[in-house]
Amino acid sequence: MTEALTELATHIELKRPDCVIGWDIAYGELNIDVAPANIVDFVDFLKSDQTCKFSSLVDITAVDYPERAKRFDVVYHFLSMYQNHRIRLRVSVREDEMVPSIVEIHPSANWFEREVFDMFGILFSGHPDLRRLLTDYGFRGHPLRKDFPTTGYTEVRYDEELKRVVYEPVKLVQEYRQFDFMSPWEGANYILPGDEKGEAK
Amino acid sequence: MDGSKFDDGSVDALQGEQKIRNFNINFGPQHPAAHGVLRLVLELDGEIVERCDPHIGLLHRGTEKLMESRTYLQNLPYLDRLDYVAPMNQEHAWCMAIEKLTGTEVPRRASLIRVLFSEIGRVLNHLLNVTTQAMDVGALTPPLWGFEEREKLMIFYERACGARLHANYFRPGGVHQDLTDELIDDIEEWAVEFPAVLDDIDGLLTENRIFKQRNVDIGVVTEEDIQQWGFSGVMVRGSGLAWDLRRAQPYECYDEFDFQIPVGKNGDCFDRYLVRMEEMRQSTSIIRQAVAKLRETPGDILARGKLTPPKRSDMKQSMEALIHHFKLYTEGFHVPEGEVYAAVEAPKGEFGVYIKSDGTNKPYRAKLRAPGYLHLQAMDHVATGHQLADVAAIIGTMDVVFGEIDR
Repeated sequence: MTEALTELATHIELKRPDCVIGWDIAYGELNIDVAPANIVDFVDFLKSDQTCKFSSLVDITAVDYPERAKRFDVVYHFLSMYQNHRIRLRVSVREDEMVPSIVEIHPSANWFEREVFDMFGILFSGHPDLRRLLTDYGFRGHPLRKDFPTTGYTEVRYDEELKRVVYEPVKLVQEYRQFDFMSPWEGANYILPGDEKGEAK
Repeated sequence: MDGSKFDDGSVDALQGEQKIRNFNINFGPQHPAAHGVLRLVLELDGEIVERCDPHIGLLHRGTEKLMESRTYLQNLPYLDRLDYVAPMNQEHAWCMAIEKLTGTEVPRRASLIRVLFSEIGRVLNHLLNVTTQAMDVGALTPPLWGFEEREKLMIFYERACGARLHANYFRPGGVHQDLTDELIDDIEEWAVEFPAVLDDIDGLLTENRIFKQRNVDIGVVTEEDIQQWGFSGVMVRGSGLAWDLRRAQPYECYDEFDFQIPVGKNGDCFDRYLVRMEEMRQSTSIIRQAVAKLRETPGDILARGKLTPPKRSDMKQSMEALIHHFKLYTEGFHVPEGEVYAAVEAPKGEFGVYIKSDGTNKPYRAKLRAPGYLHLQAMDHVATGHQLADVAAIIGTMDVVFGEIDR
């Protein structure tokens, strides 16, 4: 399995050295880092090349790293039903950067890109219809960004007097319960009460 | 009103002696054939669909966001609530992703139980789909007969894990509890009787003139469409491609089971119906094989270790086991850093879970890849040019469930 993937990765790197920033194999899966400018060209190559033949798009999603300069990773999964292998492409983008849309090559990317736009606010240039998909009509914000609270900002209820559903800012009777069970012995960086006095000395 | 101007500002086109214009209608979200909360905006030219714009997200519950603030074990029940027609198949993908990250080996008995219940899930799903699709095109009896069998399967779910629907039964490292011998006997008895029920449903539908008129040559999917729109599962097999993850990329212990992969010829709604019927027969055969293997394989059903709770008896004796139990259900287990994608052949197609882990007890990002999402996306492509009444038949064989599409 791993040999076949290594072979595939070297083949891709050989054919498209300008597109491949780096590649690795982890947990039996092939990951390739690609620059946003090259993505359309590279996906087209993956689809048409006889050795790769990544004919179907499995998934497009994104991961948010607020602390990084290039805040988002857009992650593409492809599958070849003919060669029976999978690949994952990672594209790092800044918050203000646009990603070229691959709808022209894979029409199935349409909803995936709309969803990523909806959830993360990443814009796809060249997308035919970049509307919100999963969230409410007239929703504001991008819920899967790490700085978006799980409770959201608005809540809805049916108003008996107005005879319609009204939107109101979220009112919590008690603080949203998000327990941190991380063990203090491994991993978590707790500042125990009183510790900061020791630092000051 | 003279009829030349409408409230949306459009004007009639003058054609010959009649004035005509395209008609926009809303299909759903309360339409019974919309299979849940689908809203389709259809543009009709007479009775022919010109454009079809699905509006989804009416059942969006933010599962992926919620998952980021819960431990891996707490997230497991969310998977049941995706495709609530066959809950355990979703759990399977989640468990496999975690097992891949942590490198856990599942004991053989647990693996067999997983196969057994995955196939029960497949029968559950296909029974619901085939029969309700028949109802959409006018047959009332099949759902009544099909739901009777579904009820029996639900009881097997309940006897295995205590819940009829939201099972929470597959756990990372195995399954929650062992099956009793009586339950295994009853499942086998059911699997022997079930083909006769299938024959009954088959007799109602397969050669039925109305059913055929409504399904044959409707919603034809070609090999080109499959690749373009990323179809999987029955949508692929109905068009003649023998693509099944259980065979192509075997997981669990599917490689030791003997089963056929049925394929269609024309890729229309009727072929997809036939494929589903045959898949139920194959699944029943797998269930029988799994039952036979289970009888020969006693043993543990959880890979004992950090991922799984200690035995109840150990907890009474050992302090460490008690601490382990407490920490597992509060802090949860830690998963090594990395990203994986694990996919299973769910009844509807390829269901995948993508986990990005940062080494803590919660997933940094979890993405659920639902097969129905891609099928519904192609609605505009497949339904355009069909009659309005065919839309219901196409939605039916696409097998959409909004729990998984809207997440």
